[in-house]
Amino acid sequence: MTQQAEPAVTTPPAPGPGKASDGRTRERPLALRLLARPEVGVFLGAVAVLIFFLITAPAVRDGSSMANILYQSSTIGIMALPVALLMIGGEFDLSAGVAVITSALTASMTAYQLSMNVWVGVIVALIVSLAIGLFNGWLLVKTGLPSFLVTLGTFLILQGVNLAVTKAITGNVATDDISDMDGFDQAKALFASSFEVGGVNVKITVVWWLVFAALATWVLLRTRYGNWIFAVGGNKESSRAVGVPVTFTKISLFMLVGFGAWFVGMHQLFSFNTVQSGEGVGQELIYIAAAVIGGCLLTGGAGSAIGPVFGAFMFGMVQQGIVYAGWNPDWFKAFLGVMLLGAVLINLWVQRTATRR
Amino acid sequence: MTTEKTGTHGAILQDKAPEKDAPIVELRGAGKSYGNIRALHGVDLKVFPSQVTCVLGDNGAGKSTLIKIISGLHQHTEGEFLVDGEPVRFSTPREALDAGIATVYQDLAVVPLMPVWRNFFLGSEMTKGPWPVRRLDIERMKKTADEELRNMGIILDDLEQPIGTLSGGQRQCVAIARAVYFGARVLILDEPTAALGVKQSGVVLKYIAAAREKGLGVIFITHNPHHAYMVGDHFSVLRLGTMELNASRAEVGLEELTNHMAGGTELAALKHELSQVRGVDVEELPEEEDLTATVASTEGKS
Repeated sequence: MTQQAEPAVTTPPAPGPGKASDGRTRERPLALRLLARPEVGVFLGAVAVLIFFLITAPAVRDGSSMANILYQSSTIGIMALPVALLMIGGEFDLSAGVAVITSALTASMTAYQLSMNVWVGVIVALIVSLAIGLFNGWLLVKTGLPSFLVTLGTFLILQGVNLAVTKAITGNVATDDISDMDGFDQAKALFASSFEVGGVNVKITVVWWLVFAALATWVLLRTRYGNWIFAVGGNKESSRAVGVPVTFTKISLFMLVGFGAWFVGMHQLFSFNTVQSGEGVGQELIYIAAAVIGGCLLTGGAGSAIGPVFGAFMFGMVQQGIVYAGWNPDWFKAFLGVMLLGAVLINLWVQRTATRR
Repeated sequence: MTTEKTGTHGAILQDKAPEKDAPIVELRGAGKSYGNIRALHGVDLKVFPSQVTCVLGDNGAGKSTLIKIISGLHQHTEGEFLVDGEPVRFSTPREALDAGIATVYQDLAVVPLMPVWRNFFLGSEMTKGPWPVRRLDIERMKKTADEELRNMGIILDDLEQPIGTLSGGQRQCVAIARAVYFGARVLILDEPTAALGVKQSGVVLKYIAAAREKGLGVIFITHNPHHAYMVGDHFSVLRLGTMELNASRAEVGLEELTNHMAGGTELAALKHELSQVRGVDVEELPEEEDLTATVASTEGKS
């Protein structure tokens, strides 16, 4: 840690007393070792984007705009977490975006059409969301098809079902307003409420986002299940051969994405009271992009849960920052694309230079 | 009194003596078909404790199929597979591991991006704490992994380094150390020396001998008869999915082994053909009569 990376050091360091050393590895300076970690790279990227908008858009400096940016980030971030875990586990889910809407539609229509407490709808939506995840995972494990194909299939299916079933039941492309139904206020308190911090209105999803991120980090680094996620993503056959339950791990990861879709779906339902059935398309790529910017390896086996938090923050920051800066919001997607490429390239460059020395 | 002390050692040997008569793993006429392809047929194999059983064969001879049956990756479709005299049928590698059969694969031994200590304990992680907060016991795992690897003579500065950064031989040794640590009774090594240099192969062969000393039954799969003959107690040669040779060390020499390995009688026929081609010197090549090793199909070996 304190050792200097002077190129003049040509003799291998003498083995320390008591502990024999290989002598071929040299401890690299702390700064270089930190830079080699992708989540540190994305953290610096997020800070850079923040500073950029703090300078160009004075409105961002306000506390309430910051809360708004965090809220925007949290709706992406909550979904980006399970998507990141799944990506570390070696798969990805293209149906994640529309699955959010499917969940919200299910809850809304179940409660409204059966005139029941909204919690019934919420529970039914949870079951449906987990079942979609189970189906994705089961089909993947059973057939051995790439997750791109399997989830592209469910993506198209859900997109069609969302629209067709909503039209068939409500006669409209949106669901009916459920804000006056039993249990709505309770559910809203859990999924879509807000609270005051020093005169700034903060949405509850920000808290959930950070809680889930902490939980995901702990699971990933400190539990057997986390170990298995890295293992099945890194080398599926090896993992199976040493006794890791690969099938269980993969299917449960897809179900975790289902859980995330349910949570975000419930948030959308209880903050807007109604759901547009055609929404959600394209969101899955935003989640995947946030995970990749956050340093998760697209091919699996490496990544973190904290990286996607910064990845989602960058997205939220840009999305709101453009508005606060008074630019034409039509440029948002273009800006995102540049940012994605830039972040990935910087990550790659930083990692290469940091690991080479 | 001193004789009593040394007697403890004798007692251990005596404990093992009855075990030596009974194989841990036994295959009786085992075979495996993939659809209409018969990859393996009528294979007899016995693995005794403290013995190295070498399985040799050319590419496509059925070596991989054989170990996949024993390690639980595939199921046999004919014959019998016994562990401690009981017929078994493993459906997952986990079941084989629980029966004390550990396999070290040539290519799929480890997850390259994961740290050494995580690889060492992968699938059998140490945990602490009650369920909702049950977590990895990282301290203990790192310490144990370091001790076990040092016992095997592998000294690593940093157990946090991804195992993919180790050399091929070191990786094999980590995998062998892992199998020995987790109380394997039978160790299956799938071509551990195939991708290694001369010195690294030597290190791996040393560990095979060390594992035998610890009382493990070792199945050593290779297509290098020289490596096999250095450590082997019993030799089985597979050819086109059947057992061509099944002999103990006393019954077969390195030369015969090499000949069988290379196709034996086929080679003699090839020599005859080559002799009709100008420019090939066939004087030094062996004749069919030279191949006198016991052949499994002609002799009922117990």
